[in-house]
Amino acid sequence: MVRLSKENGLNCVLALALLAAPFVATALDEPFYITLATRVAILAIAGVGLNLALGLGGLVSFGHAAFFGLGGYAAGILASHALNYEPILSSPFELNGTTQMLVIWFVALLVSGLAALLIGFFSLRTSGVYFIMITLAFAQMIYYFAISWPAYGGEDGLSIYVRNVLPGVNTMDPISFFMIAFVLLMLVILFSSMIKNSRFGAALQAARQNDERLATVGIHPFGIRLTTFVISAMITALSGALFADLNRFVSPDMLAWHMSGEIMVFVILGGVGRLFGPVVGAALFILIESVFGGISEYWMFYLGLVLLGVVLYARGGVIGFLAGKEKHD
Amino acid sequence: MTSALIIEQLLNGLQFGVMLFLMAAGLTLVFGVMGLINLAHGSLYMVGAFACAAVASYTGSFWLGVVASLAASAAAGALVEVTVIRRLYNRDHLDQVLATFALILIFSEGTRYLFGSFPLFLNVPDMLAGPISLPGGLQYPLYRFAIIVVGALVAFGLYLLISRTRLGIRIRAGESDRAMIAALGIDIRLLYTIVFALGAALAGLAGALVGAIQSVQVGMGEPVLILAFVVIVIGGIGSIKGALVGAVLVGVVDTLGRFLLPQFFQLFMDNAQATSIGSALASMSIYILMALVLVVKPKGLFPANG
Repeated sequence: MVRLSKENGLNCVLALALLAAPFVATALDEPFYITLATRVAILAIAGVGLNLALGLGGLVSFGHAAFFGLGGYAAGILASHALNYEPILSSPFELNGTTQMLVIWFVALLVSGLAALLIGFFSLRTSGVYFIMITLAFAQMIYYFAISWPAYGGEDGLSIYVRNVLPGVNTMDPISFFMIAFVLLMLVILFSSMIKNSRFGAALQAARQNDERLATVGIHPFGIRLTTFVISAMITALSGALFADLNRFVSPDMLAWHMSGEIMVFVILGGVGRLFGPVVGAALFILIESVFGGISEYWMFYLGLVLLGVVLYARGGVIGFLAGKEKHD
Repeated sequence: MTSALIIEQLLNGLQFGVMLFLMAAGLTLVFGVMGLINLAHGSLYMVGAFACAAVASYTGSFWLGVVASLAASAAAGALVEVTVIRRLYNRDHLDQVLATFALILIFSEGTRYLFGSFPLFLNVPDMLAGPISLPGGLQYPLYRFAIIVVGALVAFGLYLLISRTRLGIRIRAGESDRAMIAALGIDIRLLYTIVFALGAALAGLAGALVGAIQSVQVGMGEPVLILAFVVIVIGGIGSIKGALVGAVLVGVVDTLGRFLLPQFFQLFMDNAQATSIGSALASMSIYILMALVLVVKPKGLFPANG
């Protein structure tokens, strides 16, 4: 059910603005901005994924780069095998690579889901600061594995020479590729709003607020949290697969802990737990990167200052500032 | 493979562990006393290394460099504590992570602005150059041996500080009940600044000592920071003893893993494949160790405060 609150209105404006951006860019004959808008849409998907765990579940995962990178490597590895005509597995049965995005997305979701199940199983035994450090450590483990495993480029990464294909869409066309990312972004936002308003979402938020009380009414918080962690990881992996396709390149950088920090920054800049928070956050991040990045090569310095300001003085993020406190009814 | 080689690798592991302890001690102290998770601890390590390299190349004296690294990192720590960290004690861990992540960006880019992107080099002082002969005829680099000794001395000094001095009593009291010691008339804000600066100075010392073995560059603190996290998770967050045990464990497992695993796989594989599988597994070994410890003891080996 859609209520016409200030935040819902703002969300509509934000969605339309992002949708309009590549068309304005085309009209202005600035095709580079289409890529920027696509990056915003893709990174926002990663943010939506993390926001589910972090905003709704209160699970401060500092290792979501692992899932982002796994999604990216799923795309890179499948495509490289298909393009080189080398089967991934020849015995006991033949398993070939693919350039079909739908298959790649499915594999990305599957692999990241399994990884999240394992990581979550260990990490969710702990809470608070332990959870932060353990998710970080697991992500580092995968990062170092990717660096030292030479089969898929190791430290140098892996190039995808041609963008993967989706039936009926010319994925090499920048606007079409943007639309893929945009539609997926809207779908995951819709999905996370459905979760938020479901019985499951209620239990999840209760687990964040008071897990003992939740346990008293007969719901085990561990299962709820683990499910959320897995869904959250899968959404982030989808974003990673798209990101690999956007750059046509995968490297261990996607798995690095800086990436985990950046995904977290999208969520915070926009507003923790807000549906469209990651969209605003990713847009703001890309904006800071392209504006300050053009002025100074030390743009991360300014990003640090902005982030510090938001954390210390503007805790609701941009959406909190524009739409006020979250309403509970 | 001789036993001398294994002992040398064990000593390398010990040296690595001791260096991790210098990092982890500050991290765990700050968490234990103030309840703060500080990602910028790696930046203080970097500050120490840069201060040492800059002063050593300007004055020609490594020892002045070490003094400068202690002073610079403690000053940077105190400054950051007073301006930013102090506002974070009552916030949740998410805010602490983000604000200190922001500090990393500021420190890293600031250092890149001051010193450029090229690594600086720091030479081992003449006095500690060359090898030392250990009992059993083993030759080991004197400098690395000195790091082990320094680490052991620091660990002992910290033990005395915490268990024998008035400051140590206050730190321990702050760990168990901060409202109470404030009520007893102790300036808790000053105590927090001192603890933070102490941790920063230890990180800076680690940076300076390691700077002579590795290159001094922007971003050098981050891999060490993450290893220090693994150390304190294994040892139990807030426990100095846990940090020491965890650090040595991580240092030895990591070093021996890198050395032994490739050789182990060579027993039943060809060389190139064994090296790649062995080194890939070795780089994961400490994280597997951490996962195993957590399965048995979710709060680490030596949980602080019971």
